[in-house]
Amino acid sequence: MNRRAVQWLGALAALLIALPALAGSYLLSLATLILFFAYTGQAWNVMMGFAGQLSLGHALYVGVGAYAAAALFVHFGIGPWAGLWLALALCALLGAAIGFLAFRFGISGVYFALLTIAFAEFTRIGFEHFDWVGASGGLFLKVAQREHTDLVNLRGSPAMFYYVMLALTAAAFGFCAWLARSRAGYYWLAIRENEEAAQALGIHTFRYKMLAVLVSSAMTAPAGVFFAFYYNNLFPEQIFNISRSIEIILGPIIGGLGTLFGPILGAAVLTVLADGLTELVAAVGWEVPGVKQVFYGVVLLGVVMFLPQGIWPALARRLGIGASGGR
Amino acid sequence: MSLDLVANTVIGGALTGLVYGLMALGLSVIFGVVRVVNFAHGEMMTIAMYATVALFSALDLDPFVAVVPIAAAFFAAGYLLQAGLINPFITRPEHSQFMLLVALAIIIVNALLMAFGPDARTAQLDYLLDPIELGPLLIDRGKLAAAAVACVASAALFAFFRYTLTGTAIRACADNYLGAAVVGIRIRHLYALTFGLGAACVGVAGCMMVLLVDVTPALGPAYTLLAFVIVIVGGLGSLTGALLGGVLIGVSEALAGVLFVPSAKSMFSFALLVLVLLFRPQGLLGRRT
Amino acid sequence: MSSQPRNLSLNRRKFNRALAGAGAAAALAPFGIVRAQATRLKVGVLLPRSGFQGFIGQSCQKGADLAPEVIKAMLGVDIELMNADTETNVDVARTRAERLIQDGAHVLIGAFDSGQSSAIAQVAEQRGVPYIVNIAAAPQITEQGYKFVFRNFQTAADIVRNGLALIADLFQATNTVPRKAVFMHVNDTFGQAMAKGIGAFMPRLTNLPFKIVDTISYDPAAKDLTVEVSKAKAANADFLLLVSRLNDAILLRREMVKQRWQPMGVVSPGSPGMYEEQFFKTLGKLSEYCISNVPWYNPKAELTAVVEKAFLKRNPKDKLVYHGLNAGFTFEAILIAADAFKRARSTDPKTLADAIRQTHITSKMMLGGPIKFNEKGQVEGIGSACVQNLNLKPTVVLPASAAETKPVFPMPGYKA
Repeated sequence: MNRRAVQWLGALAALLIALPALAGSYLLSLATLILFFAYTGQAWNVMMGFAGQLSLGHALYVGVGAYAAAALFVHFGIGPWAGLWLALALCALLGAAIGFLAFRFGISGVYFALLTIAFAEFTRIGFEHFDWVGASGGLFLKVAQREHTDLVNLRGSPAMFYYVMLALTAAAFGFCAWLARSRAGYYWLAIRENEEAAQALGIHTFRYKMLAVLVSSAMTAPAGVFFAFYYNNLFPEQIFNISRSIEIILGPIIGGLGTLFGPILGAAVLTVLADGLTELVAAVGWEVPGVKQVFYGVVLLGVVMFLPQGIWPALARRLGIGASGGR
Repeated sequence: MSLDLVANTVIGGALTGLVYGLMALGLSVIFGVVRVVNFAHGEMMTIAMYATVALFSALDLDPFVAVVPIAAAFFAAGYLLQAGLINPFITRPEHSQFMLLVALAIIIVNALLMAFGPDARTAQLDYLLDPIELGPLLIDRGKLAAAAVACVASAALFAFFRYTLTGTAIRACADNYLGAAVVGIRIRHLYALTFGLGAACVGVAGCMMVLLVDVTPALGPAYTLLAFVIVIVGGLGSLTGALLGGVLIGVSEALAGVLFVPSAKSMFSFALLVLVLLFRPQGLLGRRT
Repeated sequence: MSSQPRNLSLNRRKFNRALAGAGAAAALAPFGIVRAQATRLKVGVLLPRSGFQGFIGQSCQKGADLAPEVIKAMLGVDIELMNADTETNVDVARTRAERLIQDGAHVLIGAFDSGQSSAIAQVAEQRGVPYIVNIAAAPQITEQGYKFVFRNFQTAADIVRNGLALIADLFQATNTVPRKAVFMHVNDTFGQAMAKGIGAFMPRLTNLPFKIVDTISYDPAAKDLTVEVSKAKAANADFLLLVSRLNDAILLRREMVKQRWQPMGVVSPGSPGMYEEQFFKTLGKLSEYCISNVPWYNPKAELTAVVEKAFLKRNPKDKLVYHGLNAGFTFEAILIAADAFKRARSTDPKTLADAIRQTHITSKMMLGGPIKFNEKGQVEGIGSACVQNLNLKPTVVLPASAAETKPVFPMPGYKA
């Protein structure tokens, strides 16, 4: 990374760390949401941006991670940090299963995407009948008073949640930066660009594609755990829904697929856009339900048509950081 | 578990499945030939359904009559959409296409919400309320009529692809893009034509679907998914496969509802999809590429 | 890598700048300086006006919109509404609640859906701003030990208990003794809670003459309920006990006619759908005689007449009776806030919350005892009515004290 990049990164880090002190609680809740989508987008990006596998059912991992940790907490009183391990294990297992089935049988592209959707929907309906975790009635976590910060049980003020999410996102960013430069990262680049050539070169494509899927699914698990303890209620209909899967992928695609900073920028732009549009529509007085989402769709359309690489590469060039944005 | 119940269920499922099949036919044509991942397919059908309802409530137009102008309108719209918006995206990576159509889908769903509100709408035809009795079997008139129209539309499409010059040209494009171009076929025009035909199928399917289901703006995504499941199970590029897939899905869901917990019946379609993807990815009637 | 044509670069730059501008504007939008206005109460109204529950949210909004005028006349108190759309999404519900509080809302009301209401409740409790739930049945909302969350609506358990009791009354009033019922319910949060409640209460209520011979749960997103109705018909029950939402209620009723299934009646122990306007508009005379035992407004109460007049003034082409539950409870939530404000004479949130806790309103619109919160912030004693679809509108037939006419059961055309 060049010096310019380091400067920008430093400034951003300082801003993010100081945010709870500077911003009101509304902005803080918005920022937490941005970080949540930045993190999950980053996790999804490993599978898609790095290894070229389009997953449209990533909500599966968020949901399984959330329910795993929540169920342990509600039924056995086990805290989230311990529950995290179960979440990681289950998500990795699911990812491995999907990856194995897909790659063993040569499923790719749209078919792979549909496979992921099928798994997510199947799980959603399954959980709606899963009585031990509340089925479609929902799983409610007991909410403690927020006077003090209890990091062990993830109970505390919004600022605490913000910092947890910030730490997760920063860790994901660092991890992906390291991954991109590792041998696996270069193999993935080769597989993404031309799988047959990569195979011809002797790269064990099956093994590395599986690795990408495993890493991506396991990385998504902590987001689920966070979600469970932040919202304190889980409904299969909401958390496994295909619209959640689509929300997760919008950030990286708009921000810049395969780049490190793309998911973060994309999440920020989309969340601010959504909220900004709500304000705009209210200010103009045109409060017909659906107006805001139409504008949202139009903006998405615009970005897809005119900025096919995403916003980050163009922005990075302008800021003088470098065309590939820190990869 | 009486035999009557099962028989009635299977028949109902098969009839509904034929209408689903017509919708999937549209997707098979679009996806199979033009290679566009149409993630706004269900939303297009929702537009057709709303158009039918609007014509019914405003002009008292019977859906069986409205089906013709709607099919024509959808054909034109599909042609323009492909030529204008989608064409540049054919060579783009799949996720780009997907994003384009997702954005379109969001716009469509919410524009419909703005125009029609969130309430369920329908075109209730009183003469369809009475079922046809065949001994112990009660056959829903609406389903039967809708399935009949679906069959007619499908047959027309088959005939077009089999016996007309344009149809053959389109099949050539699908089989071998480069070869078709070399031979001098106007690919861009044919792609737009094909998209138009696929859209017309969706138009007819939507018009008939109104007789079976009430329409809300949120219906789109579920139908998109269903269309993809049917196309994959039936086999991409196979027109009979799409219809067969539709019937199969219709019947299996209905049976699953009877034999197991009805609220979990959708799980079967997804399980079927996974099985087909794993063991016969070209679908039941598709050709292995 | 595709090369960008030169004239596009200008658009991209403009686009990014515009985006940054919109973002900055949204982020730095007026922080809502809380002016010390002890003369006016700012009520944040959070409802799902778009998305899946859009039509219910809009129905509730009608009750909110007429509140300031009616309350000004009743209590002499000034109310300012701050409306927000939760978009049937829990993330949006949370951020909107934060936004409303930041913009100076003194009290929040909403949000119809249990999931969104829970999220808002947490925000309200965290920020110490009172939150009055207008409609949401999940019992957990008032079981968390919150000090700032109040609910003027029945929990799922209460709804079931009242609903079943009214069914017993219905049979008594019409001198019928059905022995078998088939129970159909939608498999979502609400439907499941109701099913559990029925499972818990049925054995305890000895004055119910019927047994449930089959239970059929169906997918809320199902567009085709042929199989479910076939199964229900095959159960050979005397009547249908139904917990549904609006769209599935319409589908089911129509499918019953198509399959020539004519039970003694279609009775809901407490769910939305059959009393809503769209049910009548879509089904026409097929909607007749369906019964819903739901919390409802008292057609004979004084306040009801006042609210109805205000409703008709704002919605001349509509009728209050189609929005009875939604609009009524939303109005009452705002009424509670205003009444507390009047007594507290301050907009300080803590003072307001304490005042709300002391609420005792006897002149109300919805059926049941006076509005009084217990230590969990829940109102007990909210009543339900047996509402039957007669002459294409929902009509209160029980309890006798609030009834507009007598119930009809079994429904005409019933084939034994």
